[in-house]
Amino acid sequence: MTNQNGRFGIHGGQYIPETLMNAVIELEEAYNRYKDDPEFNAELTELLNEYAGRPSRLYYAEKMTKDLGGARIYLKREDLNHTGAHKINNVLGQALLAKKMGKTRLIAETGAGQHGVATATAAALMGMECVVFMGEEDTKRQALNVYRMRLLGAEVIPVTSGTATLKDAVSEAMREWTSRIDDTHYCLGSVMGPHPFPTIVRDFQAVISKEIKEQILEKEGRLPDAVIACVGGGSNAIGTFYNFIEDKDVQLIGCEAAGRGVDTFETAATIATGKLGIFHGMKSYFCQDEYGQIAPVYSISAGLDYPGIGPEHAHLHDIGRAEYVPVTDEEAVNAFEYMARTEGIIPAIESSHAVAHAMKIAPKMDKDKIIVITISGRGDKDCAAIARYRGEDINE
Amino acid sequence: MSNIRKAFENNKAFIAFITCGDPDLETTKEVVKAAADNGADLIELGIPFSDPTAEGPVIQGANLRALTGGVTTDKIFDLVKELRKDVTIPMVFMTYANVVYSYGAERFISACREIGIDGIILPDLPFEEKEEFLPVCHKYGVDLISLIAPTSENRIAMIAKEAEGFIYVVSSLGVTGTRTSITTDLGSIVSAIRENTDVPCAIGFGISTPEQAKAMAAISDGAIVGSAIIKIIEKYGKDAPKYVGEYVSSMKQGVLAS
Repeated sequence: MTNQNGRFGIHGGQYIPETLMNAVIELEEAYNRYKDDPEFNAELTELLNEYAGRPSRLYYAEKMTKDLGGARIYLKREDLNHTGAHKINNVLGQALLAKKMGKTRLIAETGAGQHGVATATAAALMGMECVVFMGEEDTKRQALNVYRMRLLGAEVIPVTSGTATLKDAVSEAMREWTSRIDDTHYCLGSVMGPHPFPTIVRDFQAVISKEIKEQILEKEGRLPDAVIACVGGGSNAIGTFYNFIEDKDVQLIGCEAAGRGVDTFETAATIATGKLGIFHGMKSYFCQDEYGQIAPVYSISAGLDYPGIGPEHAHLHDIGRAEYVPVTDEEAVNAFEYMARTEGIIPAIESSHAVAHAMKIAPKMDKDKIIVITISGRGDKDCAAIARYRGEDINE
Repeated sequence: MSNIRKAFENNKAFIAFITCGDPDLETTKEVVKAAADNGADLIELGIPFSDPTAEGPVIQGANLRALTGGVTTDKIFDLVKELRKDVTIPMVFMTYANVVYSYGAERFISACREIGIDGIILPDLPFEEKEEFLPVCHKYGVDLISLIAPTSENRIAMIAKEAEGFIYVVSSLGVTGTRTSITTDLGSIVSAIRENTDVPCAIGFGISTPEQAKAMAAISDGAIVGSAIIKIIEKYGKDAPKYVGEYVSSMKQGVLAS
């Protein structure tokens, strides 16, 4: 659904320094060359299946379904992928592409650390150098992931500028890319940034909805009534939505991080509180003040703590094809605990935002309805932070 | 003819970048006057942005100090009105696309015309996206300044052909900030530009000494200095105007010696 200049409706584009223009043009050309190349795709499929463990399971959450008493709930288990999240789908694709382009070094931003870990993993596997930028605040919230990245041979650079969270990590990775382009690929982790990143990342994540479709048809003989995913930049959500966009009867629901509530300043719910703007290479919705200064957003979830949303989501919102709902810290933490107790699955605090919304709507739906929640990652990394949220101090 | 051309009419130009509101607007006003009085041919006034992705640590710091001090786009417009009582050399805004977009392109650019701003530099608005603001810029006679980078290569002709005001030649890869040496083959970039346009081109990024300014002006139409001036302002605060004046004078000598 992208047009030639990488637009999704009015959103997207390439609002980046001239220094990077030839790099993104080169990337687009390489991507167009390889995306339909049988050899490239065979290699990628091999990596996804044999290394990352795809296809991921579509699990019928029977206890949760019975307990909530409404729609049948399925969980798309991206948490079972190698490295514990959906991020690996995109990273293996981009790392393979970068290698074909002759790049020897990957740089990445990371919020919760999942994308950083996935990038460090792919770099280790493919023998590439890796540098990950992570907000200093997030290196504290996600100390375990920092250790994992270093263990995998990556250099982790704590970013102290701005709010020292995900947006600042993106800014710093962009600055680094501007200074070193020849041997370096910027492995962007979400469906954001300048064209062609939102398209490339979407295509590599679309495997999620491709599998959901096949799996639900096999299990239920029909498509789901709703698919639900959490949205920061929006990569697991677009992956979950993409192959259902043309199936108009499937409701697409993205769950934004409302933090302490959309009526407070401590929120990261972009669709609920943001307005149209231009930032990080794209036109989209951003949390910002009246003068266009980007807002210091907040969420308990480091992975959703971003003041913008990918341009394709902004477009799906504009045309009313997808619905975006805010979910608070408290609701997400409750869902995190509920899922652990009910199904024996500890979802990432990011994914818990999607679980929380499903818990609200499932009981109101008929028992013959079907909803699929994408569990984008596993929650081991969040245990210490959630314990702290509940007033308990544990050693990681 | 663009008012900006005046800066390049007689000699090689020295262009000074100053972040508005660092440390406060009163100091900015005096710093700009000092720069103009001491030979600056054009002033780039930075409107601070929360997330300046093309800036190195020095100008990032200036942005942060200015925003923390409560500077807004409207207050900067008022500053320019004040400045225009004394300062006659061309002045342009340097900021990020979202600052213009969120204010409203029409509202922002018409205000530029009204208060005496001659051009706008937006480092996150490449050639492919300039239609976002160009029609409005033309409507109000405000030049949208193009940037050309060491990586532009096959893009130089396309950009140069449509350039207006002056061309900002980025000397090095990376972000703004002082550098001990500049290794890009700027001579060939400038020749490639001159094959396509007679719009003047000035080189910026990494320049801090009169020797560097001389070398850059020798191969182009002028030198642009930002971070080195910001460092002086950071060091001397409200007392900075005198020191910025002295510095600008020494840099102008460098440019003229080219």
